[in-house]
Amino acid sequence: MKKIFPNVVENTLIADNIFKLVLEDNFPHDEFKPGKFLHVKCSKGLDPLLRRPMSICDISDDERYLTVLYRREGRGTTLLSEYRAGEKIDILAPLGNNFELPAGYNGDKNAAGDLQQQCLSKKILLIGGGIGVPPLYYLGRKLKAAGHSIISILGFNAAKDVFYENEFKSLGEVFITTVDGSYGMKGFVIDALAEIESAEIVDCEPSYDVMYSCGPKAMLKALQSRISSDKLAYMSLEERMGCGVGACLACVCNYNEGFERDKSYSRVCTEGPVYKLHEISL
Amino acid sequence: MNLLATEIAGIKLKNPIMPASGCFGFGREYAKFYDLSVLGGIAIKATSWEPRTGNWTPRVAETPGGMLNSIGLQNPGVEKVVAEELAFLSQYDTAIFANVAGSSIEDYVSTCAKLSQVANVSAIELNVSCPNVHNGIQFGSNEESLEVLTREVKKVINIPLFVKLSPNVTSIVSMAKAAQRAGADGLSLINTLLGMRIDLKTRKPILARGSGGLSGPAIKPVAIRMVYEVASEVNLPIIGMGGIQSVDDALEFFFAGASALAVGTANFIDPFACPELIKALENHLESEGIKSLNEIIGAALNHVRSVH
Repeated sequence: MKKIFPNVVENTLIADNIFKLVLEDNFPHDEFKPGKFLHVKCSKGLDPLLRRPMSICDISDDERYLTVLYRREGRGTTLLSEYRAGEKIDILAPLGNNFELPAGYNGDKNAAGDLQQQCLSKKILLIGGGIGVPPLYYLGRKLKAAGHSIISILGFNAAKDVFYENEFKSLGEVFITTVDGSYGMKGFVIDALAEIESAEIVDCEPSYDVMYSCGPKAMLKALQSRISSDKLAYMSLEERMGCGVGACLACVCNYNEGFERDKSYSRVCTEGPVYKLHEISL
Repeated sequence: MNLLATEIAGIKLKNPIMPASGCFGFGREYAKFYDLSVLGGIAIKATSWEPRTGNWTPRVAETPGGMLNSIGLQNPGVEKVVAEELAFLSQYDTAIFANVAGSSIEDYVSTCAKLSQVANVSAIELNVSCPNVHNGIQFGSNEESLEVLTREVKKVINIPLFVKLSPNVTSIVSMAKAAQRAGADGLSLINTLLGMRIDLKTRKPILARGSGGLSGPAIKPVAIRMVYEVASEVNLPIIGMGGIQSVDDALEFFFAGASALAVGTANFIDPFACPELIKALENHLESEGIKSLNEIIGAALNHVRSVH
């Protein structure tokens, strides 16, 4: 973790209240791994006082540009949306853990545990909801580069909220769902998941080997009850945070039975934000 | 010569800056960022006899220039704190102020006794003012209870005792005097101010517990006023805290009568808040030709005119 003051290169609206912020500095891929987050000081003064955690949406191959997508919602993100190209932003990064990647991912010697046992090319399912979509893009790019095939399900409220459809299409097949049916399939990501899974009966093989997800709690809860705990499945949690470094204990959550480590609780900023899908009680 | 070297209640500090209890855990997280030996001291997270899991989330809500928290004294209990956390901290050359919380006098007494035996604990800081636990406020808002508690704890420890006072009282001076009568060696002030925020959409309090403790720059004027009042009337060294971020903030507290300072919420915004403040304070004293903190501590006292 370092304190950095990258340059703003771009800060533009790409969907309803969704902004794309591109920062310029040095972002080594082996430090800024998919799943890690930035802790961003949105105001230059005392209000709001605390930083805002934001996931990494992408890092350019030359490691110079980092992209963050955020939703303008409260005072902090409104101030952030007012930053112009050339200004510098106060950021702590990278923080948190990262997505565990299947073996075959080049450059990551830490792809450990269950995933190491698997053979090389995997069918990957990415499931993102709303502002939980961004970290899956950087992850997907890395997975594609490592030779895995990717299917994405991206859920939004309405057509006006949809973003990064084309970017995800460059990774593989994409299903978009909207709650009001104004774009793509009407319903939730779970409905698209059911459709993908129904193909299993025809193909006689699993429709995916590893699932990665990020999105609102309701979506993750639905995935927990839908996806069997035998599956390799991961989720990245969004949580209200204070310090982002594990000291303030604002973002604690509880492990599910059988998943406890040395403590019964987990700090999303430090032990997370990425967990096995069934690890945390939501 | 170290311009920042100072002494408080007989404890030698290399500088007057320490992270405040509850804002620094037991140092492990920040030890990844810098050498904790640069700190004058560390007030560790409030420790209770039994482990505590703390309150439900959300535990934090922001306010203009501040934040509300209701963590609820989450800590692994004194046994683990001694065996693991204080053992970890023993590698650093800094004064440890062991903050203690409890729900009964017996609770406090046994925890304080155990902690005072640990070699690297320099002082006990009695947390009688945590607003986030049931009963926690009682000792901090009633003179008699505070006096009894302080006296009982004082009997079982052989190191200096600081009492951390609650600002949620009518007269902070009366509370400070009660601690003094019972034999306290120093005072820490202030703890957080009780506050609440309500979510406009759900029409419910944001914090799961309803109310929480307000900290950060927003409370600094209240803290300065209380340090000033207590320093004017009570002859005990004071660790001042409440919204300290910059050298200017630090100077205000020294002028008001604080002998050492604790930095709280600022650690959450910038993990390097303490080492940066120490450096900046040293630079300031040097450039102003101030040879010792004693030249500035209490400089503002006795400069108030009453109505004529």
